[in-house]
Amino acid sequence: MAFWDYANPTRFLRLVQIVLPWLVGLCVITFAVGLYMSFQAPEDYQQGQTIRIMYIHVPAAWLCMMCYTVMSLSSIGTLVWKHPLADVSAKSAAPIGAAFTFMALLTGSLWGKPMWGTYWVWDARLTSVLVLLIMYLGLMTLWRTMDDPIKAGKAAAVLTLVGALNLPIIKFSVDWWNTLHQPASVVRLDGPTIHPDQLWPLLVMAIAFTLLFLVLHLMAMRNEILRRRVRALRMRAASASHPGTAAATAQPAE
Amino acid sequence: MSGWAMALFKRDLRLSVRIGGSALVGVLFFLAVVTVIPFGVGPDLNLLARIGPAILWIGALLATLLGLDRLFQADREDGTLDLMMMSGRPLELVVLVKCLAHWIATGLPLVVAAPLLGVFLNLDPVSMGAVTATLLVGTPALTLIGAIGASLTVSLRRGGLLLAVLVIPLAIPVLIFGVSSADAAIHDPVPFLTPFLILCALTLIAAVVGPVASAAALRFSSD
Amino acid sequence: MDLGPHSGFIIASYALCILTVLALVAWVRIDKLVQDRALKELADQGIVRNRPDTPKQ
Repeated sequence: MAFWDYANPTRFLRLVQIVLPWLVGLCVITFAVGLYMSFQAPEDYQQGQTIRIMYIHVPAAWLCMMCYTVMSLSSIGTLVWKHPLADVSAKSAAPIGAAFTFMALLTGSLWGKPMWGTYWVWDARLTSVLVLLIMYLGLMTLWRTMDDPIKAGKAAAVLTLVGALNLPIIKFSVDWWNTLHQPASVVRLDGPTIHPDQLWPLLVMAIAFTLLFLVLHLMAMRNEILRRRVRALRMRAASASHPGTAAATAQPAE
Repeated sequence: MSGWAMALFKRDLRLSVRIGGSALVGVLFFLAVVTVIPFGVGPDLNLLARIGPAILWIGALLATLLGLDRLFQADREDGTLDLMMMSGRPLELVVLVKCLAHWIATGLPLVVAAPLLGVFLNLDPVSMGAVTATLLVGTPALTLIGAIGASLTVSLRRGGLLLAVLVIPLAIPVLIFGVSSADAAIHDPVPFLTPFLILCALTLIAAVVGPVASAAALRFSSD
Repeated sequence: MDLGPHSGFIIASYALCILTVLALVAWVRIDKLVQDRALKELADQGIVRNRPDTPKQ
């Protein structure tokens, strides 16, 4: 079956039904292995046991970037190919991305307290992730304020793509701002010297987080498709009971 | 500038200057923000001189955001926006002309008022000139980026607050390079021209991305 | 195992991450239940999708 066949939401739901249990199982196993490995890994000579926070912080930070990439690709799908599942995908990825961004910030500041002596520093990386969190929350709000899913999807797609263009500029300018205002004396979060014993647990945890994202994203997409079905059916029921006021509205992916 | 663009420019400028006097309200808001800051941080003139450029920039950012929600809303309410979209002119150019008129009506007065407000903040003439120059180059970028937010929220009844939330993250680079080039003119960790030229580049990028994205959003919100 | 002097921070970050993931899982599960119930309610009223597999119009 070609990629385009999954444009049909019903076929997509059937696929999710088949794939999801396997993905959940794989995700649980990878997490078990990853967590075991990250607590077995040797401690860092500089950061001691706090290096264990890295095994969740770095995957969360990597996921919050990947989630925005998924949203940007979906937005291109919405605007260019008008793929009926693209805005479903973008909309359901936003809360998950916001949650991973929140996790990255949380673990970052909990790691910063023992390492830097303070929960928050206006470090370039932390600051850009904070900006990313605001962008996720803004996108979620934009989606909630418009009740027509098609219009909301297109508006959010435009904003997502503008954000994707802007994110490298924001990162660059925050780096510039940070070098102006702060001496580079802080301990770098993931220094250049990473030992293979620390790298393997990190990689396994990154795979586990990616699988978790896939599972949650597929489940959220399924919910969104069902929500649109409910909405369409309710509108049909309403227009059937008041035939005079029936309005012709665009049908979202259901 | 061709005839229709000039006509549109003059119309927008006249509307924004005459009705409501948006230029004056923006400057008044700017003045109010700058007046409030010393009550918050204390009247220490050295401190005020140090953070003065930042205060002026944040004040200008807030004043710009405040006026942005009217950029397309009034035209949408009375149907002018639909006429503009059906007129067959490139919508990107229409947005650019409207932004230009909006900037002259609301952004330029802020730039003119900045040196005056700099006096309150104990800025010396060099930094006063630097801040004014950066505001002159940077505020068009704020208006152009804000146009994206304005066109996304044009159909919402109370879109003003959401607009600010959507636009502020995108405006961070402009703020950073505006303030740091003003700072560079005073106590030079880097030459003034480096951040200033990047600020100019950001404005040029915004002049491309802003109208294109904003026109796309307007088209989608109408069909 | 001994987590050293900063064990509180390590345990707190793992615990809060697990809580966040649990909240996400709860969100998708509860959302699914709500939508399923709404679809069932509509089906009980006799409102069902008539063209389950063909694209719209």
